[in-house]
Amino acid sequence: MLGKLTWSAIPFDQPIPLVAAALVGLVLLGVIAWVVLAGYFPYLWREWITSVDHKRIGVMYVLLGLVMLIRGFSDAILMRSHQALAYNAPGYLPPEHYDQIFSAHGTIMIFFGAMPFMIGLMNFVVPLQLGVRDVAFPTLNSVSFWLTATGALLVNVSLVIGEFARTGWWPSPPLSEITYSPGVGVDYYLWAIQISGIGTLMSGVNLVTTILKMRAPGMSYLRMPMFCWTALASNLLIIAAFPILTATLAMLTLDRYLGFHFFTDEAGGNSMLFMNLFWAWGHPEVYILALPAYGIFSEVISTFSGKPLFAYRSMVWATLAICLLSFTVWLHHFFTMGPGGDVNGVFGITSMIIAVPTGVKIFDWMFTMYGGRVRFTTPMLWSVAFVVTFVVGGATGVLLAIPPADFVLHNSLFLVAHFHNVMVSAVVFAAFAGYTYWFPKAFGFTLDEWWGKAAFWFSLVGYVWVFTPLYVVGLMGMTRRMQHFSVAEWYPWIVAASLGVIVMFAGVVCQVVQLVVSIRRREHLRDLTGDPWDGRSLEWATASPPPSFNFAVMPHVEGEEAYWAIKQRAREQARLREEPDYEPVEMPLNSPTGFVCAFFATLVGFAMIWHIWWLAALGLAGAFATFVVFAWRDRVEYEIPAEAVARINRLNRASRLEALQQARRKEAA
Amino acid sequence: MRADEAGPLRRGARVLAAVTRRGAVVAAGLALSGCQMSLLNAKGPVGAAEANILIVATVIMLAIIVPTMIGTLVFAWWFRASNTRARYRPDWAFSGKIELVVWSVPLLTIIFLGGIAWIGSHQLDPAVPIESDRKPLRVQVVSLDWKWLFLYPEQQIASVNELVVPVGAPVQFLLTSSSVWNSFFVPRLGSMIYTMRGMTSQLNLMADQEGTLHGLSTHFSGDGFSDMHFPVRAVSDGAFADWVQGAKAGPRLDAASYGDLAKQGTVEAPRSYGSVEPDLFRRIVDQTIPKGPGPAQGADNGAPPTVKPKGGS
Repeated sequence: MLGKLTWSAIPFDQPIPLVAAALVGLVLLGVIAWVVLAGYFPYLWREWITSVDHKRIGVMYVLLGLVMLIRGFSDAILMRSHQALAYNAPGYLPPEHYDQIFSAHGTIMIFFGAMPFMIGLMNFVVPLQLGVRDVAFPTLNSVSFWLTATGALLVNVSLVIGEFARTGWWPSPPLSEITYSPGVGVDYYLWAIQISGIGTLMSGVNLVTTILKMRAPGMSYLRMPMFCWTALASNLLIIAAFPILTATLAMLTLDRYLGFHFFTDEAGGNSMLFMNLFWAWGHPEVYILALPAYGIFSEVISTFSGKPLFAYRSMVWATLAICLLSFTVWLHHFFTMGPGGDVNGVFGITSMIIAVPTGVKIFDWMFTMYGGRVRFTTPMLWSVAFVVTFVVGGATGVLLAIPPADFVLHNSLFLVAHFHNVMVSAVVFAAFAGYTYWFPKAFGFTLDEWWGKAAFWFSLVGYVWVFTPLYVVGLMGMTRRMQHFSVAEWYPWIVAASLGVIVMFAGVVCQVVQLVVSIRRREHLRDLTGDPWDGRSLEWATASPPPSFNFAVMPHVEGEEAYWAIKQRAREQARLREEPDYEPVEMPLNSPTGFVCAFFATLVGFAMIWHIWWLAALGLAGAFATFVVFAWRDRVEYEIPAEAVARINRLNRASRLEALQQARRKEAA
Repeated sequence: MRADEAGPLRRGARVLAAVTRRGAVVAAGLALSGCQMSLLNAKGPVGAAEANILIVATVIMLAIIVPTMIGTLVFAWWFRASNTRARYRPDWAFSGKIELVVWSVPLLTIIFLGGIAWIGSHQLDPAVPIESDRKPLRVQVVSLDWKWLFLYPEQQIASVNELVVPVGAPVQFLLTSSSVWNSFFVPRLGSMIYTMRGMTSQLNLMADQEGTLHGLSTHFSGDGFSDMHFPVRAVSDGAFADWVQGAKAGPRLDAASYGDLAKQGTVEAPRSYGSVEPDLFRRIVDQTIPKGPGPAQGADNGAPPTVKPKGGS
């Protein structure tokens, strides 16, 4: 009846996961109870859960990313503190638990922290920057989000019911095959990633279609803001790379469930094939995350320098070059398998070449600041810190791309320090730069700068403090994923890295406090104009938060930096543009399809993990039925009358006019 | 002082002493570690060549990234909004000359480093034998769950979790795995290489100083992974011959005793075998001997520990 699921699946004897999970469960139940009792549920259901508005979905993605970043960070605290206590000692986490934690840390940070955060920002910003009303397929967008949430849920369920993978975040066979990992851990990994991977792929299709087919009139490709370019490149990579991951994990699933031999090193199977396929997805994945990050930095640096992005076309070429090159480097993940001098040499060089367009970007950001009027707001601080620290990660990356250097550094903590150096400075810094930058657009008030800066400084110092010792200890030959060790020289550096985690923790706390303080002081931080940073692209041309239809009339784009041109004209003429003729707007209807689909997908995932076949069949049938019901719908859109559009737009125009006059008065004085 | 007051005090003193002791270890370690960078302080020609590449490439890149870091901070600070002396050029967004430099600098660097990568990949290919007047020592390596087996085909002996090599003689390793992947690595000798079941990989190393080095697995292989480290003793020819002679007295390693060894678990101390079934290595590679069995049956749900942490060695 319940497959492999029995009471023994719940780790009553392991206090750490049980208490952690109980706590999370209590908080979750508390929130749900509060929402229902306070009568907020209908509002949540109507405005968020069933919403197909790209802005709402983007916000939910970012929220999921934030929560999962904290979950992943708590894994990091466990790992670092454990290792600090594991010199000639067993530490406090037994191997089978420690192994789950580093596996979960990587999986969560990549798939459920960084990915939702970046996809969320793209979802929220891209249609606004393109001057359009929604993404190409709004309901599909909702399905994508909820499937991602399903994956995150399954990973967290594994805390209490069963176990998570003990194989590392890429489950390399034969260790991940049924012989060596008979538990459900790898299955949790497989189904969580497969389900959320479908969401990611659909989200990629959605955003690419949006960017290619739905730009505002006059918005030619070479007038798109840099963030849209990087979003396009990133989503093209998603479309090209995620099917490889899906197929690879499907093969591993067949091995584990039906006794196939794709990767078993038996009956013609070969585990190296998994490594090849996994990294054929895995290396582009790095750029799926990094490219939108580069886009965010481009927007932020240009805005807060009060200048257009330096060498915009060069940046576009660099972006596209990275997009293509990212598929030519995967083999550097296994220089140490002994592929021979020619193969290693070629892939060493291709891996280095990718540093050229990246270096160009770095220099162009520098020159964007040159001749500017740099305002050191929180997003700008994150961006400058990114440029300064990222070049170190880039350099160690090039170092690792030299095969003979990789022969001694592969799998070492030097490598761990390298990819955290690049991923934290690029993706996490960009995430928080973007979050602070676009928060006022989403909610109509800015985030508290004092707490934002505190969060920034603690995070920056903590991050340098944690990973510098790891570089050093890597050069001393320490490898990753050690549950305990007995080399005296490593010990002080491991302790030093653990102390850095405390500083990073302070940064996380400040980040949370910033949000709470800002919500409480929202009236004080209110921005009525919709353009709090003196922005340059179209998202700042509409109100904050934007109305559901984004723009009352479709903007006409007449050059690069569409909104900057409009704003300059308004400043010169000391008046806004003529009021347009308002027309009714058609918007897509809300739909619970995504949420219901994800509910059934959760059932399917859970049932497959525990071999509860009837439930899996039921879940599949339910998901299909949901799709059929959606496909047979009668009404697709609803109409917002012209008067309502006019009323909403006039409010924003009034605030903007006032801001304009204020600016002129200030200038005159 | 009454007993119930002394208790916490004494405990406190003990904790303090423990913290001080650990603190002293930390401080001493930090002072030592300057000269303890294993990778930069190699004990063999392969490691030395790789250290050399590491240093040269790092210096070249520092020449680029340090000015970049400084430049970024200088630009950001000089052009701060409050600096009235900085010239604001709100429309300056392109310069062909700067773009030429901006594309050329990384390109030239990469061309140069690419050359190092290409030449280094060939010269330091792990499969390439080390040139020497001396006859190389052949060692066959099998990674097991969770220990290392070293077979000496010419000496007809074997050892577990201890590798002994003569100083100054090239060592030719042929490596495979009984079960999952591992990676064989002796940091002070240089290059690591993966071990994979049903496949062999090749590695050539040489020690040029006597001493005991640290060897380990660098590819995660399961719960006992952290115990897969072993001493590598680089000894004189005489000492090597003595060691071989001593090992001859050990038990025989045949398919049956290999089967026991292949079961999951760690070994407390190195051991050796006085004779080895001929062709054992070949049979492991072509899989006519059963693979490592993995966790015991019934380890299905939950996560029953298959290995007890030893807490170091």
